[in-house]
Amino acid sequence: MLKFLLEKEFKQFFRHQFMPKLVVLFPLMIMVLMPWATTLDIKDIDTIVVNHDRTGLSDDLVETVGSSTYFNLKDITDSYDEALRAMEFGEADLIVEIPAGFENDYVETGAADLLVAINTVNTTKGVLGRAYLQMLTAEFAGREPSPAQSQTMLTPKLEVLVTNMYNPLLDYKHTMVPGLMVVVVMLLCGFMPAVNIVQEKELGTIEQINVTPVSKMSFILAKIIPFWIIGIFALVVCMLLAWCIYGLVPAGSIWCILLFNCLFILTMTGMGLIISNQSSTMQQATFVMLFFVIIFIMMCGLLTPVKSMPDWAQAIAAVNPTKYMVDAMRGIYLKGSNMTDLWQEAVALASMAVILNIWAIISYHKNS
Amino acid sequence: MEREIVIHVEELTKQFGNFTAVDHISFDVVKGEVFGFLGANGAGKTTAMRMLCGLSRPTSGTGTVAGYDITRQYEAIKKNIGYMSQKFSLYEDLKVWENIRLYAGIYGMKDTEIARKTDELLERLNFARERNTMVKSLPLGWKQKLAFSVSIFHDPAIVFLDEPTGGVDPYTRRQFWEMIYEAADRGITVFVTTHYMDEAEYCDRVSIMVDGRIDALGTPRELKERFCARSMEEVFQGLARKASRAD
Repeated sequence: MLKFLLEKEFKQFFRHQFMPKLVVLFPLMIMVLMPWATTLDIKDIDTIVVNHDRTGLSDDLVETVGSSTYFNLKDITDSYDEALRAMEFGEADLIVEIPAGFENDYVETGAADLLVAINTVNTTKGVLGRAYLQMLTAEFAGREPSPAQSQTMLTPKLEVLVTNMYNPLLDYKHTMVPGLMVVVVMLLCGFMPAVNIVQEKELGTIEQINVTPVSKMSFILAKIIPFWIIGIFALVVCMLLAWCIYGLVPAGSIWCILLFNCLFILTMTGMGLIISNQSSTMQQATFVMLFFVIIFIMMCGLLTPVKSMPDWAQAIAAVNPTKYMVDAMRGIYLKGSNMTDLWQEAVALASMAVILNIWAIISYHKNS
Repeated sequence: MEREIVIHVEELTKQFGNFTAVDHISFDVVKGEVFGFLGANGAGKTTAMRMLCGLSRPTSGTGTVAGYDITRQYEAIKKNIGYMSQKFSLYEDLKVWENIRLYAGIYGMKDTEIARKTDELLERLNFARERNTMVKSLPLGWKQKLAFSVSIFHDPAIVFLDEPTGGVDPYTRRQFWEMIYEAADRGITVFVTTHYMDEAEYCDRVSIMVDGRIDALGTPRELKERFCARSMEEVFQGLARKASRAD
């Protein structure tokens, strides 16, 4: 019986004028565009320096800021009000004010004050801008030691040596790509099943199926299996693109990736089918699915780390299959994690897959 | 001679909230007969039929179809019936032979048997050249004939037809009724709803539903005598006039 139902599902899928194209175009679009768009590296922070000092040292500092790729030195002025006005008009994100007597203080006491004003409407930009500037001034201070300081510097200098593990060039794209693969699989294998059964309801074809002795299990299986294959296909497209465009190949085993995706697709498909069973129109199914997908993406750790969310948000993220999947994919791709490292994620996904699919079978009613 | 009863219904009722769609109906249908199930729009025909097919659970009342209880053994009923819904519900994006194959497969027929019977069927209907036509491009009359053929492809004991000839031209309607008689000759009991009173005359027995209740049941001749009418049309007009439910 399952054979005949599967035949039907595949024929319908390949005859659809849009769906087969979607399975190729969608990974292509996400893999080519999104890693560039989702970067958190901040560059070109528009900066205005208010220099009241006008000495050799302060000019050096201005030059250091200006030559950094992080800062885009827009203007050097001697009026703070003018600079503030520029920030209000959105022409500057950062104001550095060098007070009069900056050089003098630095030479005499070994310390000098700087005033930094940051536009934190965009928090990330503000915080990162501050961090960059601190890094820069510290470097500057190291390069131009104050005579006052060098006399008193008896304590040994503490040096911090940083090694970036797993993503040595700190390439943001490498962090995003495995996560974006999860998004591709989630959207394809979540939305397509969500509109599938409800479409049969709208067309009326489900009525003819419901009056046959078809078992609920076969019917749902015939809906799950094609999306499984479609999802794995889309994943392979994504992996090839990641390799071609970003030179990114998984550090861990491909079988491990496949296993995780099988579990994840099953979870998403099960959820899509439940929504489809409970909805009476395509609009309803689409909106409900969209609601979940947005929560899944925002709370999965793809864009912001789950660990820095408040406890209650972490509790919600704990039942988000996408969170486990993003962790697993990043682990396998970048760290080379294996099943021993990721068994908790695997168990979480497997249990969700089982629960959701049993629910999908139960929520399909052949008589009402 | 006492004939075998294949549908037996007692006090069957379906309520949706405060609305009683089907109100305590009782009747029997015997094997091999063509049973006309008449009624105005909204009288409750489709709801009653859906309960008999195991698509809808009765609120109260009992019944058996093909020997199985409609409240408990509805999946067993489904193995023994065919159903053709009011709205065309074969897959429009599958070809003619693919629709036949799908449903035959669901009813557990084997590949070789399906292939043989499909050839026979298409030959008999003079439809062999449309074998590979996508169902959505068939004219309505042919769609209905195909839907009926699919519904009896697995040789069910009973076939339920919900307004099978709605919107179909008189010539094709005629052909359709010939197909119904052929099926009845093969021993398939036919349970059919219709709005065409000439079709009601073709039935062995007819029931007429008004406001969820069966107001009349008998052979067309009996009904005409009882209501002193010349045609089923008059019988129906007389009964439907009493209906309080708006369309």
